[in-house]
Amino acid sequence: MHAIASAISGLLFGLGLVVSGLINPEKVLNFLDVVGQWDPSLALVMGPAVVTTAIGYKLVLARGRPLLVAAFHLPKVSHVDAQLLTGAAVFGVGWGLVGYCPGPAVAGLSLSSHATLIFIAAMVAGMALARTISATSKPSPANQSVAFESETRQ
Amino acid sequence: MTEFTPLPALVGGILIGISAVLLMATTGRVAGVSGFVSRLVPPYEDRALFMRLAFIAGIIVAPPLYIAVTQNAIDMRVATNVPLLAAAGLLVGFGSVHGSGCTSGHGVCGIARLSPRSLAATSVFMLAALATVFVMRHLVGD
Repeated sequence: MHAIASAISGLLFGLGLVVSGLINPEKVLNFLDVVGQWDPSLALVMGPAVVTTAIGYKLVLARGRPLLVAAFHLPKVSHVDAQLLTGAAVFGVGWGLVGYCPGPAVAGLSLSSHATLIFIAAMVAGMALARTISATSKPSPANQSVAFESETRQ
Repeated sequence: MTEFTPLPALVGGILIGISAVLLMATTGRVAGVSGFVSRLVPPYEDRALFMRLAFIAGIIVAPPLYIAVTQNAIDMRVATNVPLLAAAGLLVGFGSVHGSGCTSGHGVCGIARLSPRSLAATSVFMLAALATVFVMRHLVGD
């Protein structure tokens, strides 16, 4: 059941990426090109997406528990730290270079062969590197509970 | 050049929101694509692998399904420069995991929860992206 619900959710997510144009790196880059070929469309994607999610989350979280599992997996960390900001900055630069981020790249796998595959291969490598760094910076088993919680860091 | 497409943007955005809400309602999880993808490879820290695979599979299947049902093509234009694609992928992959999220996890889901971490991360990555595009398109000259 989890898998079916997740698959449907992924399908809707992918459809959202297609319909909105977020799947098109050129459209993303044009959104970010505020002084140039500015295409503001994606502002109208983020806004409604956030509002819809905010309303939905409020209703869903008020129920106390999800439908298919015992508890919500919400991030437990809430303070802003250097790692978060560094990661975000690096991510932003990568995003601005090609206009691809994880969602659209995954969605684009079926469409734009080589370019998307190269991006994703490199992306997976980058992710593995970050995970390795994270793992090696955990000094002792005593930190394991923190480590598990940081798995759900957002 | 891409056109201003307010209505499809709106519809698409709402669809993304609905997908995130559905995922939270059923599996209790944040729809963070970087988190899902990064956890597809071992070592596995929980038993949600199949759930994550299903979500990713759903995303992958969506475009061909859309094309089959609507008989419309999907506009797509992406760089062809291999080193650029590799560099971008590396940075996106590293940055999203290091920073605990990407545009879906932080930008949509995190902000929807008014998470201070996501608000900060989103501000930073938006600024970084804007600056990068400015440099690439207007200083380096593409």
